[in-house]
Amino acid sequence: MKEITYLKAINEAVDEEMARDPTVFIMGEDVRVWGAPLGELKGLFEKYGPKRILDTPISERAIIGAAIGAAATGLRPITHIMFAEFLGVCMSEILNILCKLRYMTGGKVKLPVTIMSPSGAGISAAGEHSSCLDGLLMSIVGLKIVVPSTPYDAKGLLKSAIRDDNPVICLYHKSLLVGGLKGEVPEEEYTIPLGKGDIKREGSDVTVVATLLMVHRALAAAEKLQEKGISMEVIDPRTLAPLDKQTIIDSVRKTGRLVIMDEEPKIGSSAAEILAVVGEEAFDLLKAPMKRVCAPNTPVPFSPALEKIWMPDEEDLIKAVNEIV
Amino acid sequence: MAIEKEKLVWMYRTMVRHREFEERVAKGFAKGKIPGFVHLSQGQEATAAGPMAALRKDDYITSYHRGHGHLIAKGGRPDLMMAELYGKATGIMKGKGGSMHLTDPDVGDLGADGILATQVLTATGAALSAKYRGTDQVAVCFIGDGCINAGSFHEGLNMAAAWKLPLVCICENNIWGESTSIYDSTNLTKLTDRAVGYGIPGVAVDGTDPIAVYEVVAEAVARARKGEGPTFIEAKTCRWRGHFEGDSQSYRTEKELDECKKRDPIPRFRKKLIEMGVLTEKEADKIRQEAAEEMDKAVKFAEESPFPGPEELLTDVYA
Repeated sequence: MKEITYLKAINEAVDEEMARDPTVFIMGEDVRVWGAPLGELKGLFEKYGPKRILDTPISERAIIGAAIGAAATGLRPITHIMFAEFLGVCMSEILNILCKLRYMTGGKVKLPVTIMSPSGAGISAAGEHSSCLDGLLMSIVGLKIVVPSTPYDAKGLLKSAIRDDNPVICLYHKSLLVGGLKGEVPEEEYTIPLGKGDIKREGSDVTVVATLLMVHRALAAAEKLQEKGISMEVIDPRTLAPLDKQTIIDSVRKTGRLVIMDEEPKIGSSAAEILAVVGEEAFDLLKAPMKRVCAPNTPVPFSPALEKIWMPDEEDLIKAVNEIV
Repeated sequence: MAIEKEKLVWMYRTMVRHREFEERVAKGFAKGKIPGFVHLSQGQEATAAGPMAALRKDDYITSYHRGHGHLIAKGGRPDLMMAELYGKATGIMKGKGGSMHLTDPDVGDLGADGILATQVLTATGAALSAKYRGTDQVAVCFIGDGCINAGSFHEGLNMAAAWKLPLVCICENNIWGESTSIYDSTNLTKLTDRAVGYGIPGVAVDGTDPIAVYEVVAEAVARARKGEGPTFIEAKTCRWRGHFEGDSQSYRTEKELDECKKRDPIPRFRKKLIEMGVLTEKEADKIRQEAAEEMDKAVKFAEESPFPGPEELLTDVYA
């Protein structure tokens, strides 16, 4: 094993897949010299050159649209959308073409397109550069969604995403990227299958489902609760689509209690969907009402003072757990 | 530019097949046998056959909701296309796409979209792919006049121009974007002026003259193959029928519609080919008869085919 940062893990995943498959290339804004504004693609231009690393015009629709045409004709594009909110600009291409074409053509057209996009709050980037759009994206049929919380998951899942023959979006968290999160990854090559959740911490009293930055906050809360004799199990679905329902339900079977921690406003969030799944498929296993620890129903505020209280944290989670345990 | 006789006959046959196919689609829709939205292109046959005569089999096209003729001309099988329009299991897309979205990558048609100007982007990507893979393939996108005001048109042509991609954008200007005149939705009088903004050639042509269309497209294709970048072509054409089947066309005057019908490309091209000595009356009749028989068979195939079973509902989607 070796210890690398979350940023380096993303970089290595792309680097290894580009080395492995000459049809893999990158299209995005400012991906050459900067390696994207947060630097996760740095060094790839020097290694792979202008043919395979394409700096696009500020044209998100054309980035996704051209990736569709390239994928339909034998290439395996990786598109980089600078911040998750910019997905709104190219949403028609994602919603109407990318995620529907394989179905609408009766399987004739395969679209192996990866979308990489940093999401999440915590760096005072204000309302247009800070949101998690997980719930919104989960409602798009045909789109696989990767949400890695650790360097190990980021590298293994992103490699699988690039190899997948269907559209996959990989949303990685800006605070983990900028914060320099470190973790162990194997020296040798590995991939992680899409659709397989991970138990980040075993416990017996309450199940907490969290993704991205919230996984780390849940783990910190679990430490504090352990001191008070409450044993928290932390489940990281790792991909929201396909969603590993079984790992979540198996955990609820063990603990009988569920809290979902999610860096989104509640309405239409990934937490809403996970809560619905457990309510529908495992209600009888619950010993207490399910809870959601989400963000307030507002855009992400700019001021660090406001942003800090907007983001769900350990204290919010501990409060919710204490209400049902 | 001299065009070989075989190509002229192919263009004529293709236009007649296109017309015969769509006349049967109109009937099938009127009888309630073809569900959904149907957009016909009677009057626009020359802008499908002309460009396709300038393309190779391995070149790509993208199309839009009025796209039956583009796929026929690119080599799509009318029986499978008709079955698709009927929503049958034997359809070219297993009955899951329908009239607006006819796609057959096996003949290089990467798809017809009802989201307008998106087809410029898909073709830009196919052109990028050809350049990346080091082939000399060309991608052609067909759009209607209304598309030139959509953002994707701008993003696609700008990107293709900046990267000198082998793209040809053919705007079938029939004046009507659904019920709205193009001249009410842009301040341009010459649509080709748009090309100036992308630093690429813009050429206007009589879109009811297949030879003229062929000539300008062939030049643009040659330019694209040489790596000299995209061309925007405005083919001035005519749409006889409504935007969709069932549209009463209350927004048009009878005079305008009559003028439009007088520009019917098929009898004019037939007359020209006979004058040129390329076809005899008898040969031209035979082409028509063969096309009618082919399309009757396509209708029979579609009508006799089964609907998809419920087991088809959940296939071809992976998340």
